[in-house]
Amino acid sequence: MATLKELTGKKELFAGGHRLCSGCGIPPIVRLILRSTEHPIVASTATGCLEVGTSIYPYTSWRIPWIHSAFENTAATISGIETAYRALKKRGRLPADKEIKFVAFGGDGGTYDIGLQALSGALERRHSFLYVCYDNGAYMNTGIQRSSSTPFGANTTTSPVGEVIPGKQEFRKDLTKIVIAHNVPYAAQASPHNWKDLNNKAQKALAINGPTFLNIISPCPLGWYTKPEESIEIAKVAVDTCFWPLYEVENSILKVNYKPKEKRAIEDWLKMQGRFKHLFLPNNKWMIDKFQEYINKEWERLLMLDGKQV
Amino acid sequence: MTAEKKAKCSTGLTGNIAVAYAMKQINPDVVAAYPITPSTTVVEEFSSYVADGAVTTELITVESEHSAMSACIGAAAAGARVMTATSSQGLALMWEMLYIASGMRLPIVMTCVNRALSAPLNIHCDHSDSMGARDSGWIQLYSETVQEAYDNVVQAVRIAEHGNLLLPVMVCLDGFITSHSIENLCVFDDDTVKGFIGEYKLNQPSLLDVEHPTSYGAVALPDSYIESRRQLAEAMINAKDVITDVAKEYEKVSGRHYGLMERYMMDDADAAIVIMSSAAGTTKVAVDEMRKRGLKVGLLKPRVFRPFPYIEIADALKNIKSVAVLDRADSYSSFGGPLFTEIRSSLYELDKRPKIISRIFGLGGREYGVQDAVKIFEELLKIKETGKVDKLYNYITVRE
Ligand SMILES: Cc1ncc(C[n+]2csc(CCOP(=O)(O)OP(=O)(O)O)c2C)c(N)n1
Ligand code: SF4
Repeated sequence: MATLKELTGKKELFAGGHRLCSGCGIPPIVRLILRSTEHPIVASTATGCLEVGTSIYPYTSWRIPWIHSAFENTAATISGIETAYRALKKRGRLPADKEIKFVAFGGDGGTYDIGLQALSGALERRHSFLYVCYDNGAYMNTGIQRSSSTPFGANTTTSPVGEVIPGKQEFRKDLTKIVIAHNVPYAAQASPHNWKDLNNKAQKALAINGPTFLNIISPCPLGWYTKPEESIEIAKVAVDTCFWPLYEVENSILKVNYKPKEKRAIEDWLKMQGRFKHLFLPNNKWMIDKFQEYINKEWERLLMLDGKQV
Repeated sequence: MTAEKKAKCSTGLTGNIAVAYAMKQINPDVVAAYPITPSTTVVEEFSSYVADGAVTTELITVESEHSAMSACIGAAAAGARVMTATSSQGLALMWEMLYIASGMRLPIVMTCVNRALSAPLNIHCDHSDSMGARDSGWIQLYSETVQEAYDNVVQAVRIAEHGNLLLPVMVCLDGFITSHSIENLCVFDDDTVKGFIGEYKLNQPSLLDVEHPTSYGAVALPDSYIESRRQLAEAMINAKDVITDVAKEYEKVSGRHYGLMERYMMDDADAAIVIMSSAAGTTKVAVDEMRKRGLKVGLLKPRVFRPFPYIEIADALKNIKSVAVLDRADSYSSFGGPLFTEIRSSLYELDKRPKIISRIFGLGGREYGVQDAVKIFEELLKIKETGKVDKLYNYITVRE
């Protein structure tokens, strides 16, 4: 595993000067991923904040070959690139010893929702690539609409807090579980506050020949109504409350990478964010209780699976 | 060696197998496809070539047509020679990606086996699918016969990859009528095809050139978007000459002549039908019949619909008195089919314009016979006499 010094000494492949908001979780995630291999990387990105914020012509933040083709198909696009790589090697148009890594990036909207089919197809076909979902829990680029990853209770522009409905009424889809059901060689959840764990996971994923997956919580000051300087802290609390457990599944064995000594109450995480403000009204207390109950159950389930084949 | 010697000229193949055979001879780097009737057998046949090692292509059996075109885009941007095939709903599902393929100037070649669009569900031929994609920046070639489908696929590779174009090309043939009926045709030997298309020469930056990183599909704000689209439009303007040049070269090796269109008995014709694809064959029989009766009728068969050869079409129709444009698709403008409105517009610059009518025919595989064409010719000759058009836009081959 790389030390922080080694990592910071590496060439920066994701240039500064991009137009993502200050405090956005995406840049540190992308930066760290691109530093997690010695080999050249080609990336494909779904439509969303990452794409729009990094590629306004004639500028680009990408010091690597990069493509954005549409919203729902970053996994299909990388499938084509990775296949071309194998085809051209086979035909001698690329040197046989040239090793290139492939990464697809998508937001939760482009991954959990509209892009799920393309992701599932690409995983099933066993292309050799890493899929990174930066999960900020809503369609941020189009103005904070709910996605199937939006947490229970959150106030978004399409699940607003109204007179009769107090925010989003469904729990989030568990995409990591769905990906694991594809029997991929490696899948994990990570967080940018724990760079070591994230780097370790990206290194592992990128070293594997086959489809791998990282679901990474990505704080969004704009959509979460949070202070930019608190983003990393908020990510940490998400992990300490077990809202966002850090775990990995390697060759079918599930391992919980971090077990908080003392699991914090979900309230601690909710109260840091404006999108959950209404949950603290007396008549909405049932929502916090329901949320906590859900988290407890999921965390118990995960602990039960720890060390076991899934 | 003469052209005849290099070709095998008594090969009985269906349209789809002829397309697959051309693909085998082209041996593209990557094929990504998803099945849909009536284009399915193209990919089935090609898959067996892959399984038998007859080609070294990497086949991506994607989970949808949207992903098929997305994977084609990724592979083409990575510097591979890429092909696919689809029809109808499949093409409709690709719609978003068709624009991205042409916008990124990727020379992808796709066979479109024409089929009607839902609803109601119908698997038979009409041109609603490819006509729906007509404004997506793809070159469109239409094939009358199995021979033409084969020849168009081979030429499409050269057209798409031409350095002045870098445009994706769609080769259309009629579902079932051409795709599933067996015809005798001439196929080249493999070396001739290889020689004609040449090694793939990259004319655009590749994503796999990691030493020279390139961005594909960036955000273009109002200060740059229109320039990129203008370049696409200019490539389309250049395409006419490229298609003509490639056809000339193709004639040298095949002995078969192709142009932007085919004129059949047009030189002294008073009345003409304009019609594309397999229905042109039926119409030729009607022309012959009418000619036997001493009536001066002819046929114009556009081969290239995108770019639209408006000058050549106007030239071919300038001495005709009455013209019927038969569309195997409607544009529901209440004014005529897509081919009709473009042809009518092409004639505008002429000092003396023919009378012109729009007739929609054959939707969803409805039979179009020699007698249908004869009736149209008779109507056209009446229009020529009276100078009067009763109905500008109408359907034929409909039960009434
Ligand atoms: C087919 C299609 N539908 C809708 C859109 C509009 N759109 C662009 S980005 C986006 C949301 C992206 O959300 P997410 O994937 O979560 O990424 P984020 O913006 O949060 O980074 C939407 C709905 C689109 N580009 N394409
Ligand atoms: S809206 Fe949110 S996800 Fe998008 S750039 Fe801003 S902080 Fe990042």
